[in-house]
Amino acid sequence: MNLDLNTVWFILVGVLFTGYAMLDGFDLGIGALHLCTKDDTERRTLINAIGPVWDGNEVWLVTGGGALFAAFPNVYATIFSGFYLAFVLLLVCLIFRAVAIEFRSKQPMRWWRQMWDIGFSVGSLVSGLLMGVALGNIAWGVPVGPDGEFAGTFLGLLTPYPLLVGITTVALFMMHGAIYGVLKTEGALHDKLRVWAMRCIIFFVICAVTLTMATLLYVPHMAERVHNNPWLFSVALANMLAIANIPREFHHKRDWLAFLSSCAAMITLMMLFGLNMYPYLVYSLPDPANSLTIYNASSSPKTLGIMLVIAGIGVPLVIAYTVCIYWIFRGKVKLDRMSY
Amino acid sequence: MDVLTLARIQFGATIAFHYLYPPLSIGLGVLLVCMEGLWLKTNNPIYHQMARFWTRVFALTFAIGVATGIVMEFEFGTNWATYSRFVGDVFGSALAAEGIFAFFLESGFLAVLLFGWDKVSRKTHFFSTCMVCLGAHFSAVWIVVANSWMQTPAGYHLVMRNGVERAEITDFWQLVFNPSMLDRLFHVLCGAWQAGAFLVVSVSAWYLLKKWYLDFARASLRVGLTAGLIASLLQLISGDYSARGVAKNQPAKLAAFEGLYQTTSNAPLTLVGYVDEKDQHVVGLQWPGMLSWLVAHNTQATVTGLEAFPPQDRPPVEASFIFFHGMVGIGFAMIAIAALGFLYFRHGSLHERRWLLWILVFSVLGPQLANQLGWFAAEVGRQPWIVYGLMRTPEGLSKVVQANVILTSLILFTLIYFLLFAVFIYLLNDKIQHGPDDADLTPTGKLALPTELTHQAKA
Repeated sequence: MNLDLNTVWFILVGVLFTGYAMLDGFDLGIGALHLCTKDDTERRTLINAIGPVWDGNEVWLVTGGGALFAAFPNVYATIFSGFYLAFVLLLVCLIFRAVAIEFRSKQPMRWWRQMWDIGFSVGSLVSGLLMGVALGNIAWGVPVGPDGEFAGTFLGLLTPYPLLVGITTVALFMMHGAIYGVLKTEGALHDKLRVWAMRCIIFFVICAVTLTMATLLYVPHMAERVHNNPWLFSVALANMLAIANIPREFHHKRDWLAFLSSCAAMITLMMLFGLNMYPYLVYSLPDPANSLTIYNASSSPKTLGIMLVIAGIGVPLVIAYTVCIYWIFRGKVKLDRMSY
Repeated sequence: MDVLTLARIQFGATIAFHYLYPPLSIGLGVLLVCMEGLWLKTNNPIYHQMARFWTRVFALTFAIGVATGIVMEFEFGTNWATYSRFVGDVFGSALAAEGIFAFFLESGFLAVLLFGWDKVSRKTHFFSTCMVCLGAHFSAVWIVVANSWMQTPAGYHLVMRNGVERAEITDFWQLVFNPSMLDRLFHVLCGAWQAGAFLVVSVSAWYLLKKWYLDFARASLRVGLTAGLIASLLQLISGDYSARGVAKNQPAKLAAFEGLYQTTSNAPLTLVGYVDEKDQHVVGLQWPGMLSWLVAHNTQATVTGLEAFPPQDRPPVEASFIFFHGMVGIGFAMIAIAALGFLYFRHGSLHERRWLLWILVFSVLGPQLANQLGWFAAEVGRQPWIVYGLMRTPEGLSKVVQANVILTSLILFTLIYFLLFAVFIYLLNDKIQHGPDDADLTPTGKLALPTELTHQAKA
């Protein structure tokens, strides 16, 4: 692995999507759990736990998409046109998730709130599922023609392995969201979330173990680099330790550390994904010769260099004020008249 | 219908709907900065009440803007994959810059703007409002950079990669400041300021008609009418620059705007009329020499007609003509409305003139309509090119997408957008009927004390 511009952008796009998973992951997780409580105040508390930040969190996806477009336009074009219906569904889910947060508490009628509650929850849940399915297809490999265009069908994307990745993603987000909820709430809702979080952790661990076995058995190319470079097994080990540490910290009520472990689990999972994909971005099945790599799908070195300058100026600023904003909204959620 | 038509309808419909909201965010953003700034300066609680009320309206428009905006970013890839491959190196960079410099800034500080009233000091809150406004303007900058590059490509060269030709950056700053970028940015921003200002004007005029919240309505009108008048006058200047820019950079587009077939000096400007495409001339009231004057500030200047371009390189004339004239007509009407409103308001007799108040109530539609027509004119006038002179629209289409798939998604988006629009209008109306909160006349929390006192209290 030599650190040329293409590799740097492979890493940076990965960093943007990992940032998205760590941040919007808990928003989507809270959304997926939203219908578990019937109480209106509790539902409002959940929405307001993510209220000030979900919007900024979604920008990580927008910027990740933009960076993919700019750095690897061929991948952007092939995947977005190839996964057309899946992405349209994802958009619909993200739209409902977004507007439901804004609209829900604006009217007191029961049917009104019920409608947007369902939109918020189903939108969040299916968003996570579809993102996981997309990622699962990339890992498994997708049919790409010699012209670099997608050569499969929509139903062809819904095979067992991608669906397993999808379910694991939902489990991961739900766990992440539940732990975030525990951090942001108090009282009865806090206690409920604590029970849910434990269940989500168990659900996620089962999914993660199953996914690991399935990957080793059926998707050998996704373990090849770690197989050939034993020192990279340290990443897999770190991933296992991070996952194992989540229930441990949570059990001892060190919720912050449980949340950070959950973030670490996401980072190491994405690292494993990235390490084994490299240098492929879209692995082509059945003919790997048609694969899109960080070289044959990239923008020119000049553009990658310019983009690196833009990222070098922009990203530190983004991180600085994002930290400030999370700091301003630290602590437990209190409903007031500005709340959703 | 074929894939191309469906893909174009889908993109046009989703972007037209999206474009109802960002101009409001940009325009209201500026007005929020003004209102909150006035509050900091004068300590008059009415400005605090205004800022709080309009922030709630802002939140509503912002949410739909975000939700519908992400669709646009995906659609370049889903519908226009071949275009994306061709321009990714150039266009993608502008989009990525928009994400990093604009969207993060806007949505991050939005949290403080909406929910931070009692959590931070007055100055920090004002700073956040300014950052949201700045972020909204940055997003306009980068998307106009990207779109203007499609109109007047610069700073690139064409290269063969893997057997396919594509555009790559040669000079980033030439790309950013491509020939039409500054004109169009100014034009778009003026339109956005008008959209925000006339929303404020419209609601305040409604309150005056109903005799509700009179103090609030007058104070809002003062800010709204001032901003609306300034923006409308600036829009006149920017329109002039834009027209001359189009004449220079995209002569076929200008000819289509005016339905000018023959290259001629002393070219007339059509005030009202329509294009007879079959006989290739314009029927209507014309002002001789005026188009020449607008293009070159000289009534004898020669203006290139459509005859100079082969038929396959001409944009649709009738549509361009109607969109362009609609936009210009509304633009002048907005100046007149803003000026009348402003004069009578200064004179102190606006509340007696109910006819004018009714016009002001409906004035909110003007900038929105003009913004839409303006974009239609700009994009239809760019046809048959997706990237002017480099790639034709049909060539940019995704190769693997089928008509029924686009049709399904088109129906889906249409239904959802109608629902969103209905809900938006319903909630907006609800907020307007509910009016400003009297509780907002007495700032609470950290806002209650001037910042010096807060510091003393802490010490």
